[in-house]
Formats: sequence, C-alpha cells, structure tokens
Amino acid sequence: MDALVDNLDLILKGFWTTIQLTVVASIAALLLGTVLGTMRVSPIPPLRWLGAAYVEIVRNTPLTLVFFFMVFVAPQVDIVVEFKTSAYVALSVYTAAFVCEAVRSGINSVSTGQAEAARAIGMTFSQSISTVILPQAMRSIIPPLINIFVALTKNTSVAAGFFVTELFASGRDLNLRHPSDGLWFLGGVAFFYLLITIPAGIAASQLERKVAIAR
Amino acid sequence: MTVTEQGGTEAATGQPLVVLDGVNKWYGDLHVLQDINLTIKRGEVVVVIGPSGSGKSTLCRAINRLETIQKGSITLDGKPLPEEGKALAALRADVGMVFQSFNLFAHKTILQNVTLGPIKVRNMKKAEAQDRAKELLDRVGIGHQADKYPAQLSGGQQQRVAIARALAMNPKVMLFDEPTSALDPEMIAEVLDVMVDLAKQGMTMVVVTHEMGFARTAADRVIFMADGAIVEENTPEEFFTNPQSDRAKDFLGKILKH
Repeated sequence: MDALVDNLDLILKGFWTTIQLTVVASIAALLLGTVLGTMRVSPIPPLRWLGAAYVEIVRNTPLTLVFFFMVFVAPQVDIVVEFKTSAYVALSVYTAAFVCEAVRSGINSVSTGQAEAARAIGMTFSQSISTVILPQAMRSIIPPLINIFVALTKNTSVAAGFFVTELFASGRDLNLRHPSDGLWFLGGVAFFYLLITIPAGIAASQLERKVAIAR
Repeated sequence: MTVTEQGGTEAATGQPLVVLDGVNKWYGDLHVLQDINLTIKRGEVVVVIGPSGSGKSTLCRAINRLETIQKGSITLDGKPLPEEGKALAALRADVGMVFQSFNLFAHKTILQNVTLGPIKVRNMKKAEAQDRAKELLDRVGIGHQADKYPAQLSGGQQQRVAIARALAMNPKVMLFDEPTSALDPEMIAEVLDVMVDLAKQGMTMVVVTHEMGFARTAADRVIFMADGAIVEENTPEEFFTNPQSDRAKDFLGKILKH
C-alpha cells in the first residue's frame, strides 16, 4: 500500500498519458470512422471500395502490428515522429475501422425512404447524410460505439510496449523496481482504467436515452 | 378559344415538360420498362394505372432518377437528367415527389420537415422559409400541428405534410407514387382533396394510383401500363367507358367489379 501511495505521482502521470491517448484517439477515430462509414455507403463506387479495403485490412490486423508499423517501419520511409504521436496515429487508425462499421450499420438501420425523401427535395449526398441520415442513425450507433471506446481505453496499454509511458507502463516499471508490492501496483492500475471506462459507460447510456427520446 | 373542360385548354397549349424517349430498364432478366415514350406537358395531370408489377412506380421514380434507366433518355424542361452529383440534386429540387410511405423526416418537426429543403437547398432565410411553410401547411390543413413530430400524426395527415414539403420547393412537376395506397379509406379522401386542388391550380402532375375516382375527376390523360409497357393512353372518359385493349378491359373488369 505504502509503495503505491509513495509512487502515486508516477501512476498519475501515466494515467494522464492514458487519458490523452484515449481522448485524442477517440476524437480522431470518430471523425475518420464517420468519414469512412459514409464512404462505404457513397454512390461513388471507388469510395466504397476504398472504405471497404480500409476496414478489411485494418480491422483484421492485430493492434500490435499497427503500432509496429508506425514505430519501426514508418521511420524507414523518413516519417520520424515522437513515440507518443505514433501511438496517437496507431490507435486512431485502428479504432477508426471499428467506428466505420458502427456508423455504416447505423446508417443502414435508417429506412431507405428517408434518404430517398432527402434526395427528392434536392439534397446532395453529404447534405442528406449529415442532416437526415446520421442524426437518425445515432440511436443505433451509440451502443456499439461505447464498446469501441471501452476497448480503445484498454488498447492504449499496447503503447507501453512501444516506448510510451502511460498507465500500464508506469505500473509495470514500478513493479520491476518494487517486485514485492506488485499486486498493489496492478490493482492501482486496474482501478485507474475503471475510472475512465465506468463513467464513460454511464455517460454514454445517458446520451443513448437522450437520443432515443429526441425521435 | 373556348374552355370546354377544366384544365383542358391549358394542357392542350402547354409546352412539353417531361419527355421520356425510348426508355428501357431491366432488373437482371426482367424487362421492367419497355420502350416507354411519353410526353407530359406543362400543367397536365397524367394518371398512371395498371396492375402490380406493371412498372408504373418504376416509371414514376425514373423521372427524378431515383431509379436509373439503361436505355433511352428522359428530359426535364428540355434538359436531360444529369448523372449522380450536384446537377442531379439541383434537378431533383425542381421535381416534387410524394411517396407511398410518406417518408417524412422522423427526427424533425412538421414545420422543420417543410422548411428543411428551402433552407438547405434553396438557401432561403429561416424566417422566410417558416412563413411559407406555415402557409403551405394551412393550405393542406395541418397548420395547427406544425410543432408535432411525424409519428404523432395520422397517415393522411403525414401524407398531406409530405405534399406541403414537396410544394415548398416550388417544383415544376409533382410526382405521386401511390400516395394513398398505405392509407385507411377515410384518410384517402383528405389526401385526394389536396391533390385535386393542386391539379385545379395548374400543377403538372404524374400520379401513380389505384384511385379511379381521382383519375376520372382530375386527370387530363390516363396511361395504362402492363408488363413494363404503356398499353393504352387516353382521356379518362374514353379510357374508362371504352377501353381498347383486352389487357385494359380485363383490368378494369376486375377493379370495377367490387
């Protein structure tokens, strides 16, 4: 217990990094995933193919491999960035594939008549997606999105293997220095992960209820 | 020049507005539109009838390219239908469409349903769009329900809102794809009344329907389709009292029997 309290600053520092990774990657993945999901239902075939190819390749690749690519392969083509930036990119790129599928299935849950009506009054594809389809798709997008973001929160720990000292890495390093207190560090780290995921889940279910009533 | 019947003169003198020339469409092996040649003049009310699967809805939806065609051409006001994109969206803004299943935007209020097109597509000011929407909603008898959501309205009311939504765009032509087929009998009349008014005011209309009463009162011309082709076209009076083809006689015999 004492070891945990004494090193709380290190844990908190890692926790802060984990929060940064989670928040930045969530926002980036949400934006990229929404664009990709929209591409997958676009009237322009090459956009659909591009979206589908992205999902198939990225979703079926282990996250570790995506990290590996960013950290070790990208520098070989002269893309040299901080490790933390690599982590942002890897997590965003990876999570976007899952967001894309959630958005796509949400869009498909809205009846085709809604899109036809939007097109019939002269809306362009992007207008109909943003003002008619996506607002109605939110109801069915939010539940899978919660799962995706909870998974993302936990996935940030992969960054520990690629030179980013986030929450898990902090716990791991402390454990190496004070092996006898390992259980305390482990418990502490788990507690801080829950501190992100549980409130996020509660907030999301409230949002879900709000979107359901708005209909 | 003497006016012998309502709308007759206007239709006779109207310029071609929608022209379908040798239109063909296939779903796989199924030839759903076969060499359709049809000219709809400005101010004309054309009613398309025929048995299920005769291609009448497909024909209607092809006019604003909700269905693509594989052969032939469709021109609107002299301009051929553009490919998918901004030009097509601009054309659709000029073509009102009313669907069998209403398709009101479920997440928007009645008023927002009617103002959305003018604001987003025509870049009209919000206040102006709302004034006009209220006028149109009054005209179709829904003015007092402007703040409700579509699900709170009956089918007949929803369909009248859908007509107002289409009218808000100031369309050159209105397409009705079986507008009363999803309605209870007592709601059919309230929708048909609005459509008859519209016809009287000189709106160019293409109406796919099973409502023979509407065809008799409001149509300038009846198109009878079967198996993807136009079998017969005539004035409503002539068509209903003296159908020429066996197919039309058979159809009318069945629907007028009960």
